[in-house]
Order: sequence, then structure tokens, then C-alpha cells
Amino acid sequence: MSMDERPISAPELNPEVEAFFDAAGDGKLLVKACTDCGKAFHYPRAMCPYCRSISTEWREASGKGEIYAFTVLRRAPIPYAVASVRLAEGPQMITNIVGCDFDRLRSGLPVRVVFRASEGGAPVPMFTPEGDSE
Amino acid sequence: MSLNGAAYIAGAFEHPTRKAPDKSVAQIHAEAAKGALDDAGLTFDDVDAYFVARDGPGVLGGIGMAEYMGLTRLRHLDNTETGGSAPLVMVGHAAAAILAGRCRVALITMGGKSLTGDPKRMMPDQYGAPELPFEAPYGINTHAIYAMAAQRHIHEFGTTREQMSWVKVSASQHAQHNPAAVLPRPVTLEEVSESPMIADPLRRLDCCLNTDGGGAIVVVAPDIARQLKRPPVKIRGAAEAFKHQDGGRVDMTYTAARFTGPRAFAEAGVTPADIKYASVYDSFTMTVIITLEDLGFCEKGKGGAFVSDGNLIAGVGRLPVNTDGGGLCNNHPGGRGGIPKLVEAVRQLRGEAQPAVQVPNCDLALVHGTGGFITTRGGSCTLILERE
Repeated sequence: MSMDERPISAPELNPEVEAFFDAAGDGKLLVKACTDCGKAFHYPRAMCPYCRSISTEWREASGKGEIYAFTVLRRAPIPYAVASVRLAEGPQMITNIVGCDFDRLRSGLPVRVVFRASEGGAPVPMFTPEGDSE
Repeated sequence: MSLNGAAYIAGAFEHPTRKAPDKSVAQIHAEAAKGALDDAGLTFDDVDAYFVARDGPGVLGGIGMAEYMGLTRLRHLDNTETGGSAPLVMVGHAAAAILAGRCRVALITMGGKSLTGDPKRMMPDQYGAPELPFEAPYGINTHAIYAMAAQRHIHEFGTTREQMSWVKVSASQHAQHNPAAVLPRPVTLEEVSESPMIADPLRRLDCCLNTDGGGAIVVVAPDIARQLKRPPVKIRGAAEAFKHQDGGRVDMTYTAARFTGPRAFAEAGVTPADIKYASVYDSFTMTVIITLEDLGFCEKGKGGAFVSDGNLIAGVGRLPVNTDGGGLCNNHPGGRGGIPKLVEAVRQLRGEAQPAVQVPNCDLALVHGTGGFITTRGGSCTLILERE
């Protein structure tokens, strides 16, 4: 974590989602997908919210996506950007955009996943503009 | 089965406090209940149904408040939680319960202290919420959630800074006539547009108030309403609907008002053009713009133009909205703006609004609540009310 980023609270884990954060520890972004209807979804859960199949699996995501919507919390002690990123695999996820000038943010901006340590917990996937070196 | 005419609002009370360091939350609920029952000409002993959301204090908020108020005749209890829209949802639930013969006098209370209470304890315990590990680490809060909807609306439809500011300017034009309003001073478009940025694109004056307070509503069977002295306010339509992220495929530019509006209008047998006054949930300026589109007052994407040039100001525009000053200028108690919305609509229908903002011959009003979190999960409710 660079000095200009806010502390990240540790995700509160439960047995349904531990694999997601284990993978994050290995630098991998997972999505849950239904093996019956084939759709990926987020947040991950044991039941497909579309066809209600309980046959779901973890898939490694490409880590690529684009910003659907965003905001910058300007009044926070360390300002930060909250976004909804649409993953290449389909679903949107609530996340933070990090490692860039927030004035660059716009809907449609291509982004890729990066990971940030949380306070005493698992790393958390976030996104940074595609093409930026980090 | 239609709820059109199934029940009436007989009592409505907005607690006068806006800052109550010396009161408990339970006390605010109880004082509000007393105010609404007095308004109706009824007593606590007439109440046989009680409705309160999770702002009712304690683990068993509904039963706990029933104990506090000494309600001993209850035969129906409803703790539906949809956030700030809950009291509106409960008006519909009360009408349905009355229609089904489950009760005859329904009391709905709301109370909270978002100004002087402990902010950490205002939110219900989120332990076990399945979304929690995928939202909390990102520091999302109410501002962030509504700001993303506003940003996306601007991106897709070109809604402008000035159009958003018109919502606040309109609210302040009304609030100047309300002696109880927290912010009674009229503001200019420039003041709103140049106020400090909170969460892009939302600036400080796009955001509603944080106040202590609450209120209560009494819903009764038609035969009881006719025996009371207050002008009867008939429930003509009531619709609730909910929206969430749908597995990660969510369009943030609309709310569940898209579903409640058409259903409430159909039940009431009226159209948006028939509405003389509207109370529209105004957690943020953009909430009003999006909601008016979803309800069908204008085309999707044209809400910015609709709210401009004073169109929401009583005596000036086509659709007077939030003539008490709304959550933006009057009152947004406990982070839940539903009760003041209901109460101002009842005032308008009874002809008891502040004279400067009273809509002439106001016989048909709409009340809309947007509860929870507009881009993640929340509940909407539309009520259509008529003065008989």
C-alpha cells in the first residue's frame, strides 16, 4: 500500500467466500459462475441468483474490466474512489479505483485488478486504469 | 384485491424536534404516536395494530415499543424494514390488513437521532450480511452509493449541475415558509453548484439533512374515518417494489419507482397528470430527478429538464414537490425521510399546509419513498392519496 491510500478494513469472512479471499492472497481474482446456466455473478454465493442451481464453481477472472460508475469521497481523511466495475466476465463489482489521479476517472475507462492489503485480514481486489504501471 | 378505498389516514404527526439530545429514541416514537392519535381524535386504547421498522429501539422493536406505550390490544404487528420508505410501505400493509379484517386502527411510528445519537449504533447490525465482505472494505457509504447513481445518470443522459441545483433551490423556496425547517433560507443555483464537493458529483447542498425526530401515522377502517372530525384522506393506491444488484447486473439510472409508479396509478385509476401535489423522497437532489422519471412524470433521462425553472415550486411550476422544504431543508429524522413526506401530503390534502405553499383545491397527492441504498439494495413505495 502506498502512503497516500487509506487503511482497508479486513473483509468479514464466512465459509461461503473464503476461497475468494484465499485466491486474492495469491493475486488471483475469482468469480462465481453457475455450471447449469453458465452465468458468472458477483458477489459470490453458493446458489446461482439467476437459475437457483446449487451447482456453482469458482473461475479465475481475467482481471480486466471497465468503470461503470464511480465517485470520489472528497471529505474522507484520505480521499478515495468508489466504483462499480463491470468485469469482462459480465458482472459488476463494487470496488475502489487506486493508484491514479482521480480526475482521470470516467465511465467506460478500462481497468485491471490489483490487490491491496487489509488491516489484519485478507488482501482485497481493487482496480487501476489499464496501461498504468504498478 | 384492490386497496383503493380500503383504509384512510386519520392521523398524521411530524415530531416538532429537529435536535433532541435530551430525549430517548423510544420517547420520540411515543410522543409521535400520541401526536398522531390526538390528531385523529383517537386514543392508545383504540390501537389494535402496530407498525414500526428497525428504528424501533431494542431487539424486539415492535413489541418493545408496544410495552413502552402500554398497547395491550394489539392483534397485528409489522416490522417490515425497507429503510426510509418503511412508513409508506406500512401504510399499504395497514390498508391490506384492515381490508382483510385483521385490524381496524393501525399505528405507524418512526423515530431516530441521527444528529445527536451514536452514528455507529444507528445502522442495524450487519453481522452475516452476505454482501458485507464485498462492500465494507471499499468504504462505501450512503453518499458513495447515491453519488454513483448520479454520476451514471449524468453520463448517460447529460443531466447538468444546474438541473440538480434546481431541486435544492425549490426545496429552499418552500422551506422559507416553514417555521420548523432547519434550513429556512432560500439559496441560489450558484450557492448549490459551488458548495463543497462531498462525493462527485454530489456537493454539500445536494445532500439531505441529518436530524433527530420522527413522526407517526394512524390508518383506520373507512367506517371509523367517517366518524372522526378530521378531513378523511383516502388511500387510493399503494405499491411497493424492491431493487438490488441482481448478481452484478444492475442499471444504476433507475429505481424500483419504475415498478411502483405504474402499479399505484393503475390501482388508483389516475395518471401522473392528475396529481396536484407530490412528496418525493429527497435524500439527495438526484434522487428526486431519477424518481420523477421512474414514476412517469417525464421521460427517462428528462428529469433534469423537468425539475428546472421552478417547475417543482408551489405557485410557480406544474408539480409542487415537498412544500415543507423536504429532507433537503426541513427534516430528515434518523436518516429516514418517509414520515415527513407522508405528513406534508396529508397537510396539503387537508388544506393545512403553510398558506404560501398550499396547493389550491389539492384533492389528489402522491407520496413516494426511496428507502435504503439506491445502487445496491433498497425498497420503493408509491402511495396515492385523495381528500374526500
